[in-house]
Amino acid sequence: MSAIAQQHAIETGRGSMAGRVSDFLWKHPHVFLTILLGPPLLWLGIIYLGSLLALLLQSFFSIDDYSGLINYEFTLATYRQLLNDANFDIIIRTILMAAIVTLFSAVIAFPIAYYAARYARGKWKVIFYLGVMLPLWSSYLVKIYAWKLILAKEGILTWLVTKLNLLWLLDAWLSLPVIGGNSLSVSYTGTFIVFVYVWMPFMILPIQAALERVPTNLIEASSDLGGTPQQTFRHVLFPLALPGIVAGSIFTFSLTLGDYIIPQIIGSSRLFIGQAVYAQQGTAGNIPLAAAFTVVPIIIMGLYLWMARRMGAFDAL
Amino acid sequence: MTAAVLFENVSRHFGAVRAVDAVDLAVAEGEFFAMLGPSGSGKTTCLRLMAGFEQPTAGHIEIFGETAEGVPPYRRSVNTVFQDYALFPHLSILDNVAYGLMVKGIAKEERRKAAEDALAMVKLPGYGVRRPGQLSGGQRQRVALARALVNKPKVLLLDEPLGALDLKLREQMQEELKSLQKSLGITFVFVTHDQGEALSMADRIAVFNDGKIQQLGTPEEVYKQPRTRFVADFVGSSNILPPEFVAQLGAAPQFASLRPEAISLGQSGNGRLVLDGTVLSRSFLGAANRVLVNVNGTRINVMSPAATSIPAEGDPVKLSFDRADLHLMEAAS
Amino acid sequence: MRSDKSASAPFGLKIAAAGGLLFLHLPLLLIFLYAFTTEEKSYQFPPPGLTLKWFAVTWERADVWQALWLSVRVASISTMIALVLGTLCAAAVSQTRFFGRETISLLVILPIALPGIITGIALRSAFSLADIPFSFWTIVLGHATFCIVVVYNNAVARFRRVSGSLIEASMDLGANGFQTFRYIILPNIGTALLAGGMLAFALSFDEVIVTTFTGGQQSTLPIWMLQELIRPRQRPVTNVVAMVVVIVTFLPILGAYYLTRDGDQIAGSGK
Repeated sequence: MSAIAQQHAIETGRGSMAGRVSDFLWKHPHVFLTILLGPPLLWLGIIYLGSLLALLLQSFFSIDDYSGLINYEFTLATYRQLLNDANFDIIIRTILMAAIVTLFSAVIAFPIAYYAARYARGKWKVIFYLGVMLPLWSSYLVKIYAWKLILAKEGILTWLVTKLNLLWLLDAWLSLPVIGGNSLSVSYTGTFIVFVYVWMPFMILPIQAALERVPTNLIEASSDLGGTPQQTFRHVLFPLALPGIVAGSIFTFSLTLGDYIIPQIIGSSRLFIGQAVYAQQGTAGNIPLAAAFTVVPIIIMGLYLWMARRMGAFDAL
Repeated sequence: MTAAVLFENVSRHFGAVRAVDAVDLAVAEGEFFAMLGPSGSGKTTCLRLMAGFEQPTAGHIEIFGETAEGVPPYRRSVNTVFQDYALFPHLSILDNVAYGLMVKGIAKEERRKAAEDALAMVKLPGYGVRRPGQLSGGQRQRVALARALVNKPKVLLLDEPLGALDLKLREQMQEELKSLQKSLGITFVFVTHDQGEALSMADRIAVFNDGKIQQLGTPEEVYKQPRTRFVADFVGSSNILPPEFVAQLGAAPQFASLRPEAISLGQSGNGRLVLDGTVLSRSFLGAANRVLVNVNGTRINVMSPAATSIPAEGDPVKLSFDRADLHLMEAAS
Repeated sequence: MRSDKSASAPFGLKIAAAGGLLFLHLPLLLIFLYAFTTEEKSYQFPPPGLTLKWFAVTWERADVWQALWLSVRVASISTMIALVLGTLCAAAVSQTRFFGRETISLLVILPIALPGIITGIALRSAFSLADIPFSFWTIVLGHATFCIVVVYNNAVARFRRVSGSLIEASMDLGANGFQTFRYIILPNIGTALLAGGMLAFALSFDEVIVTTFTGGQQSTLPIWMLQELIRPRQRPVTNVVAMVVVIVTFLPILGAYYLTRDGDQIAGSGK
């Protein structure tokens, strides 16, 4: 035991290398913080923010119409070009699609989240959780591929509709202007369904988290005060779940806004913002215009995040 | 004799908040020292300054005569029993207790033996194989104590050690802590907001408020001769008499404290001061009655043994007390 | 929210919830069916017959193996980088008080909060400005950047539980900073890091949008799939690859779930 007993109140003698380094970092917490934060901040700051800023700067350059080379002089010409009719159409089309996808995602996600939060217990809670997580995390391309199988002219949907003798309904839908097309896989309807399928899972967990924070006695209080289930839903549950819905919509909206692969594989020939960016930087070689296009989702998401923050949606993330 | 812990003009500021403000104190070796005060009074920050979790903004700290500021916690032979016990959830009880010896490089057999001895000392022999999650609150508290004491610290710090225990367990632990401290002879410094705990356990008490020590003395001094209104109010529940009232009793016009149990109902004995009042309310507390009496607009609490007869509400009553029990306080605060 | 002990869910809610989950899962099940179809030229349903032969064909395909191998290497290296950077960041944010923590969190989350195409095109134009040729490492650079957040989210959640008095207790008992990290912090955050690493691996393994811009001529498995989707060459092989990808990405998700189930949920919304 004598080896354990301490002779001095302050032991400065134990001078292993690790001990000395530890002493130094303990005495200089700012050095310690710099060592912790330095690598990630340098990485994100240089590689990510640096690239992003370089891209944004390029939106203030323009492209020479004749040589196709970038003219490195400050100009707003590219932004004027961004707002011409054809490009403006693309922006509006994309925002509309993102908004409708978000709305439908919320409608489909809500019952799942509500059931998982309020009724699922024990084993079922796990099943619901994994039932949402697995599709959410499974391969993006495989999900799109699955829908290509479903929506193809000879695919399962046509087969099902034929069996149900509803082929006339599908044909009627496809003959509608704008949302119709040759088959579902080359129509806006198809693009919409796949968008909802791929991004909807991101809506479920935030809504569930928000609903789980609603105390049961609040719902009981509402019915106690004579509220019908519909009234309880409208006046109590929905407002309290709203931050969760907004939090989830950040993902569905942002992800739809920037996607270029889904509309390319399943959709009509009319472009979305993502496709426009892809086309401008690739085949057209117009980096300034592509950069200006990316500014649109950045601004929209900036506004969206600002609004979401004011609604307290970040607590539900 | 060098003090176990010495604070010279120590301050700890967090931004504009003066958590500890120019505190001087000296804890003697082998003493059971209490730091008492409401939450936010600076007592816990003082404890953390001793442990090394905080560094003073200004001032000087010594532990057994050696400078402590700028010394990390792991270089001080000071150990802490945390309020939430802070047992390591991933280690067995034995490994928890042996942790301090393990990081010092003590051989495995020796530290096992020492840890088992320490567990036996806190009356948990054979609990070493369990996990912290399998123990009750009281048992965890004992483990935390063993984990600190096995290092044979020069000073043991206890942060609200009994706060999470129920009343019965708390009283039992008070006794145990006291006898443990006596037998080990280690300096104990403990923080509490419970005046009863401080009075019954400590050799000396420092009463904290607003980052300052209001009074430092033995339990009896602090209780009987509160220096300030705050101490009189916080330690026990004293009647605080305003200067005008005190002047009428023939004393200097200062705030004075008068303990409820120092007052008797009715006129008794010679040379005692007598007041006339009316009974406002009374409540039965079991061992005593508390009677609230209105004396010329000043409300005075009287603690009267249960055996004495109590006048009814609204009845006139005479109060008497010894002049020596009227304790004049400092003008400030 | 507690469940109502007596009341069970309204019938309509049950239907809607079950319907929603079926909507999520049926298309994935279809992938499993199509891997066995005998039909080569179209997506005909129901499949005219079932066969195992496409598994053998896929097994012989060098391009699939190359793409798979590249994806595994990219995901492994990116995950390792993200583990180091994400853990450092989480440690800084949760262990010390400093000005600008919110900004750090925002910066870490930004690469996935903004659409992937922005990250992709920004990196691509930066590479071309800096005359960096596309390579294995340009892919890793992009992947590690958006994988940091997954590790960070998992680590921050766990640090919150470990933080404070456990670390103080360890130092109080005489352990220096390195000993405290080795004996207290690492054992307590280990499973969270493993879970974060698995999710980061899954995220990188599946990534296609950023990779399109940073990959040059090389094909990761998702890039290979994308090319097959745009210009199908051999559909049955794609079917088999799709099924394998589904299974391969399920494993880390299940693993991450079992590692973190007691306590914090895996940061699923952080994909």
